[in-house]
Amino acid sequence: MEYKPIRKVVSGNYAAAYAALHARVQVVAAYPITPQTSIIEKIAEFIANGLADIQYIPVESEHSAMAACIGASATGARVFTATSAQGLALMHEMLHWASGARLPIVMVNVNRAMAPPWSVWDDQTDSLAQRDTGWMQFYAENNQEVYDGVLMAYKIAENVNLPAMIIESAFILSHTYDVVEMIPQELVDEFLPPRKPLYSLANFDEPFAVGGLATPNDYYEFRYKIAKAMEEAKKVIKEVGKEFGERFGRDYSEMIEKAYIDDADFVFMGMGSLMGTVKEAVDLLRKEGYKVGYAKVRWFRPFPKEELMEIAESVKGIAVLDRNFSFGQEGILFNEAKGSLYNTSARPIMKDYIVGLGGRDFTVKDVKAIAEDMKKIIESGKLDREIEWYHLKR
Amino acid sequence: MNTLFGKIKEEAKQISPKSVEEYPEAPISLGTTLINFTGDWRTFMPVIDESKCVKCYICWKFCPEPAIYIKPDGMVAVDYDYCKGCGICANECPTKAIAMVREEK
Repeated sequence: MEYKPIRKVVSGNYAAAYAALHARVQVVAAYPITPQTSIIEKIAEFIANGLADIQYIPVESEHSAMAACIGASATGARVFTATSAQGLALMHEMLHWASGARLPIVMVNVNRAMAPPWSVWDDQTDSLAQRDTGWMQFYAENNQEVYDGVLMAYKIAENVNLPAMIIESAFILSHTYDVVEMIPQELVDEFLPPRKPLYSLANFDEPFAVGGLATPNDYYEFRYKIAKAMEEAKKVIKEVGKEFGERFGRDYSEMIEKAYIDDADFVFMGMGSLMGTVKEAVDLLRKEGYKVGYAKVRWFRPFPKEELMEIAESVKGIAVLDRNFSFGQEGILFNEAKGSLYNTSARPIMKDYIVGLGGRDFTVKDVKAIAEDMKKIIESGKLDREIEWYHLKR
Repeated sequence: MNTLFGKIKEEAKQISPKSVEEYPEAPISLGTTLINFTGDWRTFMPVIDESKCVKCYICWKFCPEPAIYIKPDGMVAVDYDYCKGCGICANECPTKAIAMVREEK
């Protein structure tokens, strides 16, 4: 069958819901939380209209939502859920359970700032706080990437038996409408065949126990297996991303999407929707003669260390844009990126710009101002300070 | 100890993973504690002095695991595959026949 995309004008949340529908998920367990609510409302609508044969489990909290997903996934089903901020935090314990039991659950997290003070706007600290739970993390730049990300995530997750999180920005993507090219169901089915589970609780001929006790004699080996699967995931991500590109025209074979790297003095590095703004600004800056590029980190876990090392070798500086902060240290992406380059000879000057926390607007004008600042640093070769709270009212 | 149980345990020890490759991908277990041993976090191990034992079986009754069994000759013995070294047996023994000895690994 020839690929002819179906163009729909949808919000980021509806793109996520359509992706779950097209991935033929069998079980959805979710609890509504702003700004994720419209994802699961749309899925409920699909079920009500007879579009999908999905078992929907309404639960009383996000902790239970993830618990129900874990149970369903252990039977061998393809499972989906979605959440945001405080809801994701409430899932924390269960997130470890999902990855520890090697269940390829896919979840959409709508990035939202943590309270207090209460905020429903975009901020990456919620998902980055779940960095060490053993979940893969994909940061979508736009609605199209939310849709593509979910479909790819199932294929990758089911290959390496680890759960994956697709992350979109609150309101900037979740409630903003854009054209999304959807893939006809038959072609999605070809790309994403039914799940072949590692084990299934529904297989009554071969009973087993899951989640039992591992003494100090055994636990260590299971952790190593997860670490190895994460390493393996890097290869799978690139392969699946390439296949997606060959089939549907949008290539995701790079874990870091980059441009103008070769002759750039410095690059902007960041994740998620703010990189859309950066791309726009970099094009304009190039026209004005600035030698700048960008490096958009698509997958934060597993971390694309090797790709970052390559970028570091050809640039003099990296401006990391962190829409998050780890109190007592620095921006989380900055921390990861800097750490990844420690054992290399390439040591570009790196500066951490804390931007857009709690949904503060981040515009092309801001990127230009940061470029101006970075230019000064590169020319003088001196870093004035490591961390800059860019929007702070002074 | 009954011989069937002993035989199963011996077989289990032979099939238990020796290297990381032999472990299953996911932490699932195909058996109960019959083949999955729980006695490897002990610091002190109970050692029975058979000359002091009066076969009252109080240790056998009190062991919470239970890791104490009665041998065919009526003497009690500790199954170290399950004993967690709690020391309840030594504490309850009326003739002080059980000593808790630091285990060297």
